[in-house]
Amino acid sequence: MSVTLNVNGVDFQIDAAPDTPLLWVIRDHVELTGTKFGCGMSLCGACTVHLDGQPIRSCTTPLSVVLGKAVTTIEGVQSSAAKAVQQAWTELEVPQCGYCQSGQIMSAAALLEANPKPDDAQIDAAMAGNVCRCATYGRIRQAIKQASEQLS
Amino acid sequence: MIHNRFSQLDESSPLGSAVSTNRRNFLKLLGGAGAGLTLAMSAQPVLSKTTEQLPLTSAEGELEANAFVRISADSTVTVVIKHLEMGQGTYTGLATLVAEELDADWAQIKSEGAPANTGRYKNLHWGSQGTGGSSAIANSYEQMRLAGATARKMLVQAAAQQWQVAESEIAVSQGVVSHPGSNRSTSFGELVDQAAKLPMPATDSVQLKDPGDFKLIGRSVPRKDRGKTDGSALFTQDIKLPGMLTALVAHPPRFGATVKSVNSEAARNIAGVEDVVEIPTGVAVLAKDYWAAKKGRDALQIQWDESQAFNKSSDQLLNEFAQLAKQPGLVARNDGDTESALGSAAKVVEATFEFPFLAHAAMEPMNCVALVSDEGCEVWNGEQMQTLDQATIAATLGLKPEQVKINMLFAGGSFGRRANPHSDYVMETVHIAKAKPGIPVKLVWSREDDTRAGYYRPMYLHKVRAALDTDGNPVAWEQRIVGQSIVTGTPFEGFLIKDGIDATSVEGAATLPYSIPNLKVDLHTVNLPVPVQWWRSVGHTHTGFSTEVMIDELARAAGKDPVAFRLALLKDHPREYGVLKLAAEKANWGAPLPQGWGRGIAMHKSFNSYVAQVAEVSLQDNGQFKVERVICAVDCGVAINPDVIRAQMEGGIGFGLSPALMSEITFKDGQVVQSNFHDYQVLRIGQMPDVEVHIVPSAEPPTGVGEPGVPPIAPAVANALSAVTGQRFHRLPLKLS
Repeated sequence: MSVTLNVNGVDFQIDAAPDTPLLWVIRDHVELTGTKFGCGMSLCGACTVHLDGQPIRSCTTPLSVVLGKAVTTIEGVQSSAAKAVQQAWTELEVPQCGYCQSGQIMSAAALLEANPKPDDAQIDAAMAGNVCRCATYGRIRQAIKQASEQLS
Repeated sequence: MIHNRFSQLDESSPLGSAVSTNRRNFLKLLGGAGAGLTLAMSAQPVLSKTTEQLPLTSAEGELEANAFVRISADSTVTVVIKHLEMGQGTYTGLATLVAEELDADWAQIKSEGAPANTGRYKNLHWGSQGTGGSSAIANSYEQMRLAGATARKMLVQAAAQQWQVAESEIAVSQGVVSHPGSNRSTSFGELVDQAAKLPMPATDSVQLKDPGDFKLIGRSVPRKDRGKTDGSALFTQDIKLPGMLTALVAHPPRFGATVKSVNSEAARNIAGVEDVVEIPTGVAVLAKDYWAAKKGRDALQIQWDESQAFNKSSDQLLNEFAQLAKQPGLVARNDGDTESALGSAAKVVEATFEFPFLAHAAMEPMNCVALVSDEGCEVWNGEQMQTLDQATIAATLGLKPEQVKINMLFAGGSFGRRANPHSDYVMETVHIAKAKPGIPVKLVWSREDDTRAGYYRPMYLHKVRAALDTDGNPVAWEQRIVGQSIVTGTPFEGFLIKDGIDATSVEGAATLPYSIPNLKVDLHTVNLPVPVQWWRSVGHTHTGFSTEVMIDELARAAGKDPVAFRLALLKDHPREYGVLKLAAEKANWGAPLPQGWGRGIAMHKSFNSYVAQVAEVSLQDNGQFKVERVICAVDCGVAINPDVIRAQMEGGIGFGLSPALMSEITFKDGQVVQSNFHDYQVLRIGQMPDVEVHIVPSAEPPTGVGEPGVPPIAPAVANALSAVTGQRFHRLPLKLS
């Protein structure tokens, strides 16, 4: 059965089982591949997208619960917080392998939208669900602070 | 789809061999090369000496100066990168070497992954194409500079012809070719057509720059592996081809089990499932997308024959290892008379160290895309072992290696995993694709597959006895290592196993730099059906810990300062001495710390780079501890890109903290206990210490930084914990008692 899903402001007709995780709808049906598969259990954060502006793990969010809501992926994120985060990420050369970074950036952008001046503990709490095996964590922390300053 | 534009080129002509002086330099550079993946030095050329050949097949409006450098009419310089970019920065480092000698502007440089072509793109340390052993910069330093320098010469020759002036009057700077005498200048792009008519210059007709003239080497130029902040970077996971099917494989629950029977009816009834095929490593479900394939795999009913399967538990293995450690093993190093020195020493310190299996757990679980057709086989992969994978695929399919085309993608981490010497997940993909000729197949491992299907850093046990004389000087060191061999049964045996000793099992211990007159290292190699593999820094992951914890315990037993104790034993090792001293100075070694804090140091050489780290830890109210700060000193020869070096030290420290603090793979009755990040835990942001990196200025040839940052961190943390608690730490992950 075909349903309508709004991703990055565009309506897509999706023909997928209602229990299909949003991650696989985005990757295999909408064919946007910036959102990554890392664990399938909301343990690593590589699949983080925004649902009506809130960060969620798309790998455990079924298609059926996101209908009628706005999904934003790394390809479509436009907020000033997101742009500042992306810029800081590039300036500080945060990514190494880069595979987790879409999820990191989506979590960081959501943090700054909710809390433009996070302290270290708030950054660590907001980013605790995003694993980076290259351990770029120090630069992630620094980049979030730089983006925060730029936004103020 | 990535077009392999080099496949038609003659393999005998390209950049291949260094002239003799360069060859000598390469040999010098390799002096004292350690084990790991640093294999035999290839005597193969670096750049072709043949001067008569026309340039390679330059396309219209483009100069293909050599196998590594193409220049287009819009002045874009494409550097072909022969090594896998998995985060270590090779797209930046290798391109820097070319851009330096080409006198290009950094902004006009673009990096592109090389196709599989051993003749052109072999790792000069190995003689085959592949990435590992922190060798990318070390093996390419002169080759890539020569590639840039010869391309520059072609541009200079073209300009000299166009302007009718002597080549010696032409200058090149930041992408501009000029003739100052007549005030003329032009871009690279405008010289492309003229240069494409020229023969490739002989490598001995170009001179590499004096390091004093470097403009890009030594500067933290921006990285070239872009697309990693907007989702546009392409990984294997992102490949989508027309008609492609996604495959998930049901692997046996225990290593060594085989399929007895399969009922695939329920799986085949799931919408989207296209086929179920049995392959040597299990049962594959092919579907239109991942979710259908996963549901299909969950619906398989498989009876496994476990009669020959591995059925042991980790505790049992450790007991067996400990029993073996009571007997002498094969001798890897033997200086003096350790046994009698231990017998007559004033004080003996003993410890048994235990290390669990470890999974690589790259963020991108293993995956690969393959298409088997009448013409051959095409593979899309974050490819780390081109020559070996090509040969293995070709042998299985009855093809010639050159009929196996490999398209290079970024890897979402590897840490050694994608350089599988058995081509495991690549061959799994090919076996499935072979059953579906003409249809591209993407194998995707779930995180559970990635955690449970191997390969692992082997479990090891070390028994160390070391002794002091009455003045507190170390007089004896006996180290017995027990564990599986990574290299046995792989094509690397010939290079890395000598007299029955796998160099990767003992590296870092058999090469202990400290001046101890009686020193013996021996090895018991254990055979187990658990698949094992190199894991970022290989043998140094365990030898770095046992040696650096033991040397600290000796210092404490002697009543001496751990830094002074080490320095006194490193008089003949200036680079080890240098990093140790620098790290200690930068950390204010000896300065008071807050109550409940401890400070520890460790130093380890691996892959010809030298790293020392000082860790500061704090005891927490909940009985746990926190790693607060790490000060790192690294000597990797000429620092090509200081920021990339810093990033690799930061990352190596973070990566090494996972096994230090929380990661382990354990077996229960032959089954892997862990399955995903909830039980195979890895470092998260709140556990990452502040890291400060200091690079030793050096004119020595550059060596790698991908792995050497890992080994010192676990022992530095253990030594810091010992300093504050008085407890001894001999097991990873570390736990306070």
